[in-house]
Amino acid sequence: MAERAYTQAMGRDEATGGRATVDAPFGNALVEIARTRTDIVGLTADLGKYTDILPFRDAHPERFFNVGMAEQNLVAVAAGLARTGLVPFATTYGVFASRRAFDFIAIACAHSNLPVKIVAGLPGLTTGYGGTHQAIEDTGLMRLIPDLVVIDPCDATEIAAATKAAAVHPGPVYMRLLRGKVPVVFEPDGFDFAIGKARLLREGGDVGFVSTGFMTERALDAAEALEKRGISAGVLHAPTLKPFDAEAVIRFAGEVEHLVTAENHVVRGGLASLVAETLFDAGMTKRLQRIGLPDRYIECGSVPTLQRRYGLMMDDLVAAATGERA
Amino acid sequence: MALANHPPATADLAALRARAKSMRRHVLAMARGPGQGYVGQGLGISDVLAALYFHEMRWDPADVKAADRDRFLLSTGHYSIALWAALAEAGVIPLDELVTYGADDSRLEMSTLDTTPGVEMIGGSLGHGLGQAIGMALGLRLAKSPARIFCELSDGEMQEGSTWEAAMAAGHFSLDNLVALIDCNGIQADGPVVLDMEPVADKWRAFGFATQEIDGNDLAAVVAALEKARATDGKPHAIVLRTRPGQGVPTLLAREKAHFVRVEPDEWDALIDELDRTEADHG
Repeated sequence: MAERAYTQAMGRDEATGGRATVDAPFGNALVEIARTRTDIVGLTADLGKYTDILPFRDAHPERFFNVGMAEQNLVAVAAGLARTGLVPFATTYGVFASRRAFDFIAIACAHSNLPVKIVAGLPGLTTGYGGTHQAIEDTGLMRLIPDLVVIDPCDATEIAAATKAAAVHPGPVYMRLLRGKVPVVFEPDGFDFAIGKARLLREGGDVGFVSTGFMTERALDAAEALEKRGISAGVLHAPTLKPFDAEAVIRFAGEVEHLVTAENHVVRGGLASLVAETLFDAGMTKRLQRIGLPDRYIECGSVPTLQRRYGLMMDDLVAAATGERA
Repeated sequence: MALANHPPATADLAALRARAKSMRRHVLAMARGPGQGYVGQGLGISDVLAALYFHEMRWDPADVKAADRDRFLLSTGHYSIALWAALAEAGVIPLDELVTYGADDSRLEMSTLDTTPGVEMIGGSLGHGLGQAIGMALGLRLAKSPARIFCELSDGEMQEGSTWEAAMAAGHFSLDNLVALIDCNGIQADGPVVLDMEPVADKWRAFGFATQEIDGNDLAAVVAALEKARATDGKPHAIVLRTRPGQGVPTLLAREKAHFVRVEPDEWDALIDELDRTEADHG
């Protein structure tokens, strides 16, 4: 019998795929921003430890508020703080922010374009705790809210840069969080993050990956592997799901034979839907394969097991590109 | 512009009663246009709003965004009719605009949006006010502002769980710059309060609020309770207000208690006449 993998406790660092890592990139970036910005405040709903915001609490205890397990109130309090001129970063898990606090994000924050920043842990299959903890439909829900910026960063470099961009953006932001020891995919020197902009990471002609979140790391690895097999694969990284960079997608789609979208989220309502809408609106027809999660609840299990089982691995992207996976 | 050094040491109750009566006239004038509206709630809360806007709160009608203003949050957005009456009485909204209440493209919406001057938050999704009041109270305390937050919410609204999420936090953060005003008028959308919320005051006490319970249509009692709620002893304040929907207009007071009052076109003159002849306040 094969060796069994076990569901890990929430505090455990995620697998890193052999790349160098940075510890708590969000929390450390927030501390750095708050050094000069006295209007930055931090909040959590009893998940400070697991959302990497404790460095901020330790640096600025007077500007940190733990409201207890109460996500509706977390967002309401953040909205109230924002109305006094402050810029709140509120952390919890994506499931609780997007499901429990939806009305508060929509009405208390976004309706008035308040600068509340929701930082949402455990995106998609980064936890083995099953449907209660896996935010598999959060960005799909959040992108339905007018004026809300939705970001799914790829790595430690991008999380730090997106945190800085969120801090200066005048309106509300929902950002997915990768916590703990987060891999470095992008070289930090000269790295530039602009809300609403996709980044062409690699040009290619045979197949084009449009990816978001940590799936971009896998898309880059897949493109590398495909090149060795003589297949030219491009990678367009779309960290901002709203506003979506339709122009970049259309340009990219025009240069490749077929598209493969890759996301750590359900494909219905996720990046795949955004790309399909974009192509349709532009009158383009293109073969489109969708890597992502199915329209169902996902069981408990170890993260590597679940990611393999649901087809989020580099091999799955390669197989989609070569036609080995329909 | 500097804020007036409110509240004054003593209240001019006769002047406040005149304000409340004038606001009630505005409420009837507004509802007359559409022939309906949240008239009961508007009449019921008028004494409280008169005491806040014309006595207790430090604010400037000419500068409704002043940083250190006291803030009134109307969590029950559908009570907008009362807020428009207060803001019109204070000169923030022109009196001749009141007839547009509830009309297409009017700033005087049936349920508040924050785009109208003097509105501090979007009310109406019930259970939103107190949490936002806590955020404001924390933010103002951080800024060392003397401003206070007055947050209205209602008996029916207490059924929204987020009310209690907020109540827990207010006590925890020792927000003595926060006053929760709980309008208990006994009605909600489906009629008389559908889920017994009593004992209301005990609940707020248990959540750490310095709690008073008064007749919310007794202006002297309202003024006294607000004065007591200035205490800065580390506890948030709650004032449970027993109000009567339709207060000041006997015909409406006697009518079946309804969430949404409809009035026949030929009734209005008589109702206004009744209001003018009635001592609205029980003080």
